[in-house]
Amino acid sequence: MKTPSYDVLVIGAGIVGAACADACSAEGLRVCVVEAEIIGGGATAAGMGHLVVMDDSEAQFALTRYSRQLWHRLAPELPDDVEFERCGTIWVAADDEEMAAVRRKKEFYESRGAAAEILDSKSLREAEPNLREGLAGGLLVRDDAVIYAPCAARFLIERAQSRGADIYLPRIAAEIKPGSVRLNDGSLIYSRWVINAAGTWSPALTPGIEVRKRKGHLLITDRYPRFVRHQLVELGYLKSAHSFTKESVAFNVQPRRTGQLLIGSSRQFDCDTKEIDSAMLSRMLARAEEFMPRLGGLSAIRSWTGFRPATPDKLPLIGPWPRQENLLLATGHEGLGITTSLATARLLVDHILGRPSEIPAEPYAAARILEKVHA
Amino acid sequence: MSDMGRSFEVLVVGAGPAGIAAACCAAESGARVGLVDNNPRPGGQIWRGGENHAGAPEAKRWLQRLESPGVEIISSAEVIDNPVAGFLLAQSPRGELIFHYEKLILCTGARERFLPFPGWTLPNVVGAGGLQALVKSGLDITGRKIVVAGTGPLLVAVAAFLRQHGGNIRMVAEQAPWSRLIRFGLAVAAHRNKIAQFFQLKRQLAGVPFRAGCWPITAEGSGRVESVTLRAGKKTWKEPCDFLACGFHLVPNTELASLLGCELRAGFVRVDELQQTSTPGIFCAGEPTGIGGVELSLLEGQIAGYASANHAQKAREFFAERDRFRRFSIALERAFALRSELAASPAAETIVCRCEDVTLGRIRSHSSWRAAKLHTRCGMGACQGRICGPAIEFLLGWKVESVRPPIFPVPAESLTARDRATPESVST
Amino acid sequence: MPDMIAVNVNGAKREVASGTSALAAAMMNGAKFVRRSVTGEPRGPLCGMGICFECRMTINGLRHCRSCQIVCEQGMDIRTDE
Repeated sequence: MKTPSYDVLVIGAGIVGAACADACSAEGLRVCVVEAEIIGGGATAAGMGHLVVMDDSEAQFALTRYSRQLWHRLAPELPDDVEFERCGTIWVAADDEEMAAVRRKKEFYESRGAAAEILDSKSLREAEPNLREGLAGGLLVRDDAVIYAPCAARFLIERAQSRGADIYLPRIAAEIKPGSVRLNDGSLIYSRWVINAAGTWSPALTPGIEVRKRKGHLLITDRYPRFVRHQLVELGYLKSAHSFTKESVAFNVQPRRTGQLLIGSSRQFDCDTKEIDSAMLSRMLARAEEFMPRLGGLSAIRSWTGFRPATPDKLPLIGPWPRQENLLLATGHEGLGITTSLATARLLVDHILGRPSEIPAEPYAAARILEKVHA
Repeated sequence: MSDMGRSFEVLVVGAGPAGIAAACCAAESGARVGLVDNNPRPGGQIWRGGENHAGAPEAKRWLQRLESPGVEIISSAEVIDNPVAGFLLAQSPRGELIFHYEKLILCTGARERFLPFPGWTLPNVVGAGGLQALVKSGLDITGRKIVVAGTGPLLVAVAAFLRQHGGNIRMVAEQAPWSRLIRFGLAVAAHRNKIAQFFQLKRQLAGVPFRAGCWPITAEGSGRVESVTLRAGKKTWKEPCDFLACGFHLVPNTELASLLGCELRAGFVRVDELQQTSTPGIFCAGEPTGIGGVELSLLEGQIAGYASANHAQKAREFFAERDRFRRFSIALERAFALRSELAASPAAETIVCRCEDVTLGRIRSHSSWRAAKLHTRCGMGACQGRICGPAIEFLLGWKVESVRPPIFPVPAESLTARDRATPESVST
Repeated sequence: MPDMIAVNVNGAKREVASGTSALAAAMMNGAKFVRRSVTGEPRGPLCGMGICFECRMTINGLRHCRSCQIVCEQGMDIRTDE
């Protein structure tokens, strides 16, 4: 049997893998994707689909900001079912201390050329009447957006296929070898480059990567158009995302184009089961109700969980794996996979083609985890 | 705000015939029993409306027996989650309710199976059991033209009921062919009460055309249904109607059982001879273990009731009769199996998921239920696949599953009531 | 003779027999359909037993109530999607 041969083999058809397949095929590279189950089915399916610029570090800001720009450029080509909405984010400040943090945040954004507006208590309530009274204000980031990620992943894969890319589905990659990937049915696919975009499964394929599952819960309501107009996130979200504690929740509510509300968020380490943890769900909702008491009365129709692939230093792993030159990592995006998928793909394509990238790629380099001593 | 939670030795979920029988027998064996049901009065679907509508003397007897002091009936309460082992969370007009149980008997009944065809989403295209339920809850159908279609013994029972309530039944269209109906008739001839029921229905439906091997292929109308096109063999014709009462037999309500981790087999809850599921301490009786009608539900309910109260000996007395009616249940499934032509009725543009308006064409462009759900949102609406799921299983052969709490939509704040699921918060 | 109670259906005062569901009350008092689907189709009830969610209406100001499962009470405000 003739064995196929590619320039790039992408493992994983989640949003990151799909973006890689699309970006590589756009440059004329011969691409194939190996997907174990369904397109956009892992963390991509479970997540909120929030396209957000984050300022928890320079490197995070650079990556999310660059990637958000790429999403805006792509937006006109996205089909309807991707439901791209430039609804913006409001970072909500509960008290004066958080308001001071809001002002620092605005400084940070604006000095780097990203728009952000301060909302005082009154304008916050005008922007979002269903928030409780007495909140200090917030930061409005108008260019943030929301998408339905599984359909975005499918769009990107289909675009890659229209340029000749192949997808092997359902197929499980078992081993990444120099110059090829062995599937668990024993067959080999030859490829010059291999991209490990397998999310929480990536460490199984590349031992030595530190990517842990960080469980999250979400709840979706029935349709309440205009109940919430922007994605609302409490400033404390950053504390939750960055903590090493085992469990945390943060207020995070998203309006979908359907008028449904997506309510999050929660984070837990060391929890391998997909089952809903009713205690976590309860905590998460209680936190959400603190900011938006009227949420309590909305009809909640579904809850689910997902696993974010998390690295120890909160930055993703993008770039060559030092122990295997043709292996490129595209994993460990934690809660920012959807936002940073497009930038991840561009950094890798730049590397493959040997051209300079639009932002420095060193902060995301895998080499850093081989040198570091972990706290 | 809601009161304290309640603790029971035996908690029965569902107050249809199976649940009523289970609750009575458990209570009579000395257990402290709770009976939770989402309707305002016990009776389930078939004995809906309690004593006023129940009709059959059997229903009256059981409802009276239910008035025993050992049973606490909690009506208008819908179970939505099992937040902690041994506890159920329910929603009601009075707020959230927490129940603690030592033994649990699931009698969650069945729902109608709906198959899509062009026009099936028009107003006044209703289930067969659905229209009966609407009439029992006050809908006036006097003089309205009604076509009853689909499959199953429910059709003639519903047609007779609707006629009694003033409906003008134009036709009953049963998709099963005469050959299978006759075989079924012979199989049930052994059950004397079934023969009596049959002749009674025949009387009640005198003059109403009954066609076998006949099924709806489209419904037409502007703003509501005005006619249905039926097919029988090569012939098709239009039947004008104000209501189309159309249902294709029953599918079991297994969501709560699945949530509790009980194993299913071929879509039904697997139980042992004492009606115990794969999860110790949890029993299941009635339609969720196999569609078998009132008699089988009553028998399984009695067995589960006695078994849950540690009266296995008494439970065994009903085994032989249960076996008889299990055979009836098998005959039922064979007789009313869906013919393959029904799968040809929906077009690519026909909506299959009514909650999210997803068409058949979009759904079948995917390779699995999970992929279709994720990419089209079919099955992700308020009904969580209860309506489209059985249809898709029949049309595409996919296994439709995955249950998560809440198993019915609830006010979001109810999900924070989980903290009251502790032994200290419940009273006996 | 059943007791009659007064309810509001889409802003109009109506009388229904006690024990009538909010759904039946709406269907018999002028509502041409019960709700609009997500693509705007007019819909009526399907299952009659609280499972299909086609009968969702706003009752006493609360959206998305399954009207087939709600018994009319004196003064109940019933609104369909019309």
